[in-house]
Amino acid sequence: MWRNLPLFPARASSMAGHVDALYFALVAMAAFFTFLVAALILYFAIRYRKSRSPEATQIHGSTALELLWTGIPLGIVMIIFVWSAVIFFMQTRPPKGSMEVYTVAKQWMWKFQHTEGQREINQLHVPSGRDVRMIMTSQDVIHSFYVPAFRIKADVLPGRYTTTWFHATTPGTYHLFCAEYCGTNHSAMVGEVVVMEPADYDRWAAGGVDGSLASAGEKSFQHYGCSMCHRSDAAGRGPNLIGVFDHPVLLDDGRTVNADESYIRESILNPGSKIVSGFKNIMPTFEGQLSEEEVIGLVAYVKALGNGTANYPIPVSEPNSGAYPVAPKAEGSAAKSDKTATPQPRATQATPVTPAAK
Amino acid sequence: METASHSTEAKTNYLNADYGIKSWLLTTDHKRIALLYLGSITVFFFLGGFFAMLIRLELLTPAGDLVLSDTYNKLFTMHGVVMIFLFLIPSIPAVFGNFLVPMMIGAKDLAFPKLNLASWYIFIIGAGFILYAILTGGLDTGWTFYTPYSTTYSNSNVVAAALGVFITGFSSIFTGLNIIVTVHRMRAPGLTWRRLPLFIWAHYATSVIMVLGTPVLAITIVLVALERLFHFGIFDPRLGGDPLLFQHLFWFYSHPAVYIMILPSMGVMSEVIACFSRKRIFGYDFVAMSSVAIAVLGFLVWAHHMFVAGISTYAAMIFSLLTFFVAIPSAVKVFNWTATLYKGSITFETPMLYAFAFIGLFTMGGLTGVFLGAVAIDLHVTDTYFVVAHFHYVMVGGGVTGFLCALHFWWPKMTGKMYPEAFAKLSAVLVFVGFNLTFFPQFVLGYMGMPRRYHAYPPEFQVLNVMSTAGASILAVGFLMPMIYLAWSLQYGKEAGPNPYRAAGLEWMTASPPPEFNFDETPVVTWEAYNYDEIDGTKKGVEVVG
Repeated sequence: MWRNLPLFPARASSMAGHVDALYFALVAMAAFFTFLVAALILYFAIRYRKSRSPEATQIHGSTALELLWTGIPLGIVMIIFVWSAVIFFMQTRPPKGSMEVYTVAKQWMWKFQHTEGQREINQLHVPSGRDVRMIMTSQDVIHSFYVPAFRIKADVLPGRYTTTWFHATTPGTYHLFCAEYCGTNHSAMVGEVVVMEPADYDRWAAGGVDGSLASAGEKSFQHYGCSMCHRSDAAGRGPNLIGVFDHPVLLDDGRTVNADESYIRESILNPGSKIVSGFKNIMPTFEGQLSEEEVIGLVAYVKALGNGTANYPIPVSEPNSGAYPVAPKAEGSAAKSDKTATPQPRATQATPVTPAAK
Repeated sequence: METASHSTEAKTNYLNADYGIKSWLLTTDHKRIALLYLGSITVFFFLGGFFAMLIRLELLTPAGDLVLSDTYNKLFTMHGVVMIFLFLIPSIPAVFGNFLVPMMIGAKDLAFPKLNLASWYIFIIGAGFILYAILTGGLDTGWTFYTPYSTTYSNSNVVAAALGVFITGFSSIFTGLNIIVTVHRMRAPGLTWRRLPLFIWAHYATSVIMVLGTPVLAITIVLVALERLFHFGIFDPRLGGDPLLFQHLFWFYSHPAVYIMILPSMGVMSEVIACFSRKRIFGYDFVAMSSVAIAVLGFLVWAHHMFVAGISTYAAMIFSLLTFFVAIPSAVKVFNWTATLYKGSITFETPMLYAFAFIGLFTMGGLTGVFLGAVAIDLHVTDTYFVVAHFHYVMVGGGVTGFLCALHFWWPKMTGKMYPEAFAKLSAVLVFVGFNLTFFPQFVLGYMGMPRRYHAYPPEFQVLNVMSTAGASILAVGFLMPMIYLAWSLQYGKEAGPNPYRAAGLEWMTASPPPEFNFDETPVVTWEAYNYDEIDGTKKGVEVVG
């Protein structure tokens, strides 16, 4: 067991260096104050021991000293606060155009879905040199996605999406831990993150996939009849979803919300909670009818509708289907959107990544 | 004072005033109730310690090979629940606060003696529920009862344990209420607020937290039970609830509860350091006010337990800032205690060794709290062994060390007997060494990324875990020794006399053990706290007191 005594975790993300720098500064600060206090106590204890200092000299105190040792620590912690805040804002704000991995945690495994269509369990393949945003939810209790080598951690909650992001720098295999106690096999809810060279990753991601995540979502969209109401014409009983994602939506109570992943998810599972202005509260809830994976597929599909990589499917059995002004592209639209959706995220995202990272 | 002349006669004291089990179980004497508490929490301390030893044994090897996962989960849960709710929270306030607050302010008893006895019974009933939960299948939610695991998914005795925690909370509220009213209404003539021992200030601040914070925990626990039993949708999103609501409510109490566990120890330090350096506490006003500041600020930092839980970025920033503020009054205390040593006349009796240990360990616990307050670092180390190490430095290095310090310092007052000094010093050194060996490696483990509450772990973490387990066995010896020699001293210890340390404070001006009503005559206070110059006769032109 002695062969193996690393005292420091691997550093494999763009954030690790920042976090470690602050950590070393804090270690230095803590060591300084600990040794200062210890040295003073030791010195006073020896210098003023009874045999050498038989009589104590009474001192009431000193306001100047009190201000000094209130002020100096206050100054130091304010510096730490600002330094930490700067890093924290980087940690919590994913750059625009990050590639996305959807995560469903459950007792006691991690399920990952790549937008290209790859699915994996307890193993997460990611490319080095690209920003990766994790969109996560839990099927049961609270879990926590923790990759020590990336210095990131984010709780994964049931009933909502939480997100985190990283930019892996060094190919290799790293620990993935569940960091929030989740029951019997909590300590077995571990896995690995495999960071690959981008080219290797692209090969891996394209291998043996039978359709992108968005295309799986499109199938659900048809299967559950979403396309009956969410149409691109004014006759739809539900809002048109093309271009909705990541845009402000005006609600009937006057509020405006941003249509992010959480909003889409909520609108599927609990449609009555936020009604789009001008529409009626008629959509049935899909709570309990869709698995988290299906919801994720639908979210990915709605996103793809926004960026032009997917289209509405052909209406199946609507009596007045001929009235659609913007008719979808006839047969094979699903297959077509597959082809476009699969390479598209990488192609479109590769460009904005570079400026965002600067 | 007058009492010194009486103490030579064979006099009745609170211990021999009455005999028989009934005289203890129906007593309203704050000193006897303190001993009832001392006996009960000692049992719980060793029960919690037993769970800790099993945890450390399991973690000797990376594989989960000593106990099953479910058993391991129950062990760390029960270690936490027993140590926090049945030992640390009542420890100093209910034992030493109970015993000393009336004596230090020259009162005959607490303001509500019957309420005081009721608080012990409530504590025992609550503890009974917790023990019942432990014996009939255990509890596996972690001491934090996080939802929806605790309300929906756990198959263990959540409701019984929650009921136990709910009930013990009332004993805490009663003790706090009693101390607040006693300090306000029953101080001896002349004992103004600024003449109060800092132990009293610390207990006053602690009591305020107990009275204001504990009801929130009680409500939270009731909501957990309602959701678990009747499926009220409060915390579980499947029932329409919000799991983060639980965390907000829980930490609103449980962060201030950390100060319930540490503030009384800080009060003990002020008494002990002043006594063994024969000096006034440096900056009395600042030390007193820092206790109040900790109690107030302590209520405003709860969400720093939730930086990764899904709260907004801005909420995290605000709670990070407030967390840094709460570090300041603690730092002020440490500097003032250190400055008190300057130009003192220092001796090294056992309580003083514990006080040095406290300052060192608490300083490290506090400084690593600054790490966790920095959100960027917290994102990496929260829910790892770094946090485990940090809160053990505060709660064991601070809380338990403070408890042992108090136990040795006031043992002669409580029992009339001296403990054996050499053994006591040895145990203090063992506690300090064992503690550091146990918990320092855990800071390293945490930064490396070992999550807490892990039954099995990757092999590269083993060496540090072995060190930790080795330290824990030294620590266990350090904790067992006082049990033995203190019990021995009851029979064979030297007579202590009223004031073996020539300490300042009203409690030392009456016999050891004290008479039933503490003082033969109500004392009149004409001096400042920590008047060591007057006691040692080093103050020119002033009559010697004590």
